Amino acid sequence: MTTTGKSMDSKNGILNRETDFQEFVYQPQEERLFLNFGPSHPATHGTLRLVLELDGERVVDCVPEIGYLHHGFEKLGEYRTYNQVVTITDRMNYVSPFNNNLAYILSVEKLFGIEVSKRAQYLRVILAELGRIMDHAVCIGTHAMDLGAFTALLYLIRERENIYNLYELLTGTRLTVSYARVGGFARDRGIPADFMPRTLAVCDGLLKTVDEVDRLLSHNSIYLGRTREVGIITPAAAADYGITGPCLRGSGVPFDLRQAAPYSGYEDFDFDIPVGSTGDVWDRYMVRLEEMRQSVGIIRQAIANFPEGELYADSDSKVILPPKDDVYGSIEGLIHQFEIIMLNRGARAPRGEAYIPTEAPNGELGYHVISNEGNGPYRFRVRPPSFYNFQIIPSLLRGRLLSDTVAILSSLNIIAGELDR
Amino acid sequence: MALQTNREQDVMASNQEIRELVLARFGERILAAEEECGQLALTVSRDDHFELLKLLKESADLGYDILMDLFGVDYLEMGGRERYGVIYQLYSLGRNHRLRVRVPVPEQDPRLDSAVPLWAAANWAEREVHDMYGITFSGHPNMTRILCPDDFSGFPLRKDFPVQGIGYRENFEKIENPKTK
Repeated sequence: MTTTGKSMDSKNGILNRETDFQEFVYQPQEERLFLNFGPSHPATHGTLRLVLELDGERVVDCVPEIGYLHHGFEKLGEYRTYNQVVTITDRMNYVSPFNNNLAYILSVEKLFGIEVSKRAQYLRVILAELGRIMDHAVCIGTHAMDLGAFTALLYLIRERENIYNLYELLTGTRLTVSYARVGGFARDRGIPADFMPRTLAVCDGLLKTVDEVDRLLSHNSIYLGRTREVGIITPAAAADYGITGPCLRGSGVPFDLRQAAPYSGYEDFDFDIPVGSTGDVWDRYMVRLEEMRQSVGIIRQAIANFPEGELYADSDSKVILPPKDDVYGSIEGLIHQFEIIMLNRGARAPRGEAYIPTEAPNGELGYHVISNEGNGPYRFRVRPPSFYNFQIIPSLLRGRLLSDTVAILSSLNIIAGELDR
Repeated sequence: MALQTNREQDVMASNQEIRELVLARFGERILAAEEECGQLALTVSRDDHFELLKLLKESADLGYDILMDLFGVDYLEMGGRERYGVIYQLYSLGRNHRLRVRVPVPEQDPRLDSAVPLWAAANWAEREVHDMYGITFSGHPNMTRILCPDDFSGFPLRKDFPVQGIGYRENFEKIENPKTK
């Protein structure tokens, strides 16, 4: 132990530094500071908590503490019918709600053996890609804001607002759309005539914004200094931790379920998979930015080739909700509706298990639905991408500076709703 | 930053092919190998499951390098099998194939070998199964609750746990409406 000041005589009313102030002497090798990062911190975007052990500015160790937003969605899903569960899935990843609807409904349709029409598949693709753009926009915007670049958020949030308006036009809701149903969509409305033109207009504006953010941020020297070579995930570590989505592609693994195992008609579309090279924060940012451009391409293809025909699967099926005109206009339609929505009846799936993995904005999202011939799931398990992506964070933070915590955390894009369920 | 289109390489291995490869090496210790909704599901007893997972991960021609998901099921109301089950969802990047491994776990001694030595991803997933079903994974580095609070009692996803919870709503004070008195 060392002391800086020389010893003084305490009899003369002056304190003796040697004896009275011993505990205040700074010992750089032994003293550790424990810092609670969250659960309520502006950079956690939800209720995440990291307990950081700091040596000065360096992170020595990190213990993530999760569960602050645990709702018991999986338990609740076991007590709801198949169509009711759709509203629970919205609340998992509230930044891209339709992607959750889609992942769930695909598994349920597999269980029932329903094949929806091409037209419905394309509409689902359009909505899912809009959800992906929304999720990436919020991720990049808040990520830049956390690193001190507030401007990008303002541009990107405006684009999200435009997409919210599109969702509102089609589904009637902005945030928790709950639009998918077994065999189609919520049947209240068809597709409004101006939905497609407005979507194309939003896409045009969006590309400009993406280019603008690219120019603002991507090669900004301050941004590069804080993101290059920071938080590197190697491909082997990514596979070990079950990391998927942009975080895996940032590490250079071209794994995208839309091409590896196409679902909902994705095999019809041409698009590229952006991959990074080093797996650092900058690569993950660039992958997301490029994916927004690719998503616009997919939406344009879907609108250009939008198939004619029936939007819903077979209307006579006793599993699929009837059109509202039939419900209000005929006794058969009303009975059909009641047979499905009444809790003691409902459509019963054959016994079995189904799991359709989908490429959600954060990675592989799938709902494992087990049926016991009931009118709702017997077991309803969600494979949340954030839960598996978040586990790697202690090994990314060890040895880094405290300020890197914010960059790494926001680049993983952890959504607390699906992390804790 | 590069753009790739890997559609040509992504040939999915067939369930039949994988099934034959696994059965050739593990033989009768696979209790069942069935196809369910397009996905191959293997059932294996809990004495053999770690060995099977190790084989699936490490053999060069199978190479299931990613543990996509791990979760528990309570079969109380389904009948005819052990009370609990743990399901492993594996994915092989090289073969582009997905495989489900189901391990029955008896009610009297809910215990399994941990898969953390094989995949780091199993760490939190096994803690969640422990939290929700009370199944203990031996060899796990930190077998504690993860989503529920540490002082929580009971296992919420068991079928005999009420959806309202235990000890919360019953204890609420009842407030009478003065107008209806």
